[in-house]
Amino acid sequence: MRPVFNYIDRSSPIHCLAGATKLVCLLLWSFAAMLTYDTRLLILLSVLSVALFRLSRIRLGDVSFMIGFTAVIMALNNLLVFLFAPQHGVTLYGTSHVIANLGGRWVITKEQLFYHLNLILKYLATIPIVLLFVCTTQPSEFAASLNRIGVKYSIAYSVALALRYIPDIQQEYHEISQAQQARGIEMSKKESLGKRLKAASAILIPLILSSMDRIETISNAMELRGFGKHKRRSWYMARPFRTADFLSMAVCALLLAAALLLNHLNGSRFWNPFV
Amino acid sequence: MKKSPIVTVVAIGIGAALFFVLARFVAIPSPVPNTNISIQYGLLAFMAALFGPVAGLLIGLIGHALADFSFGWGIWWSWVIASAVFGALMGLAARKVRLADGEFSKKDLVGFLIAVVIAHAVSWFVIAPVLDIVIYAEPANKVFIQGLFAGVSNIVTTAIVGSLLCAAYAASKPKKGSLKEEK
Repeated sequence: MRPVFNYIDRSSPIHCLAGATKLVCLLLWSFAAMLTYDTRLLILLSVLSVALFRLSRIRLGDVSFMIGFTAVIMALNNLLVFLFAPQHGVTLYGTSHVIANLGGRWVITKEQLFYHLNLILKYLATIPIVLLFVCTTQPSEFAASLNRIGVKYSIAYSVALALRYIPDIQQEYHEISQAQQARGIEMSKKESLGKRLKAASAILIPLILSSMDRIETISNAMELRGFGKHKRRSWYMARPFRTADFLSMAVCALLLAAALLLNHLNGSRFWNPFV
Repeated sequence: MKKSPIVTVVAIGIGAALFFVLARFVAIPSPVPNTNISIQYGLLAFMAALFGPVAGLLIGLIGHALADFSFGWGIWWSWVIASAVFGALMGLAARKVRLADGEFSKKDLVGFLIAVVIAHAVSWFVIAPVLDIVIYAEPANKVFIQGLFAGVSNIVTTAIVGSLLCAAYAASKPKKGSLKEEK
């Protein structure tokens, strides 16, 4: 079975950064890309994120599935926006330059196309960074870094447990599903929807009941080892910050500041080239 | 017997892992092309009923965020928050239900179903689309129609899968006071 969070072990400057750094950078970066619709900044972010992706030595082939999936979602999202709000760009930018008329409400305008360009740039600005984070951070270091940035350690530990048990539960789901299929359960398109839901429940129930036992076993083990006694805990996978860490966090903070500043200067979240 | 806080920590972890696996790998094809039926909310409703609102909130939050991460598009915060709110609301609504004691009566079932409808309605008809507009500045009618589809299909699947899970779990537990001394 393919691992879900495919951490790819290569030596690159990105891999050398501490997990907490990458998490902080990811958050700052995605907030910057989320908050701004300023095309100039989005282009800068997209170019930077592709450059960083190159720097990490992750190959496109490593993440082709994720990229393909996201591309489909992106296309679908754009299509939906156009179908339901063909005039959204006109409302946002306040002018209307008609290019073509598809009949009814569906008029293609420069403003609408520009809005779609911004939507696509938003994906381009964030997806490489997310992939970078997923591929260059070890799952257990991820939990340690959550605690580092101020998340309560019991919650960070929950995340660590989730990451630890996803492969196990995936395997168990697979086994139960095969066993139930051998007993004649059908989940494909041939069955009616209600039957399919019932079939899913026939797999779910054993999975959930065994997971409840798992919860009991794990929590007993943790209780025996005194989990939660102290206010703080240390992490096996935690790494100290170095100069490069502070530097990259500072750059990401600047990008977020730039996004906020541009929003302020533009008077709204949109940069309007039409007036 | 009071549950130890460690059980909640572990339940959140395992619950999020289950949520993730169901969201990511259990694709039941639906009649509408390109959409799958999400049975993870049935699980979320059940876990929230069993372990309470805090667990529900965090299972929704962590499970959905991890799933978004693994798909590679980053975290779509508005929908992640909607999942978390759904979990919390279900936990609050089901405080009186004693699943761990093997009790899931007709009355509990009706209450559970009403809670599912209300919690999903709040999450997908209100919170998700409003946050889509506030955070991502998407067109209003598109996000409300998306929310409507998601909400209705989630209500149906959660009502079926969630109540089946609750009933099955309660049946697997011995009822409180079901043993009598022989005289």
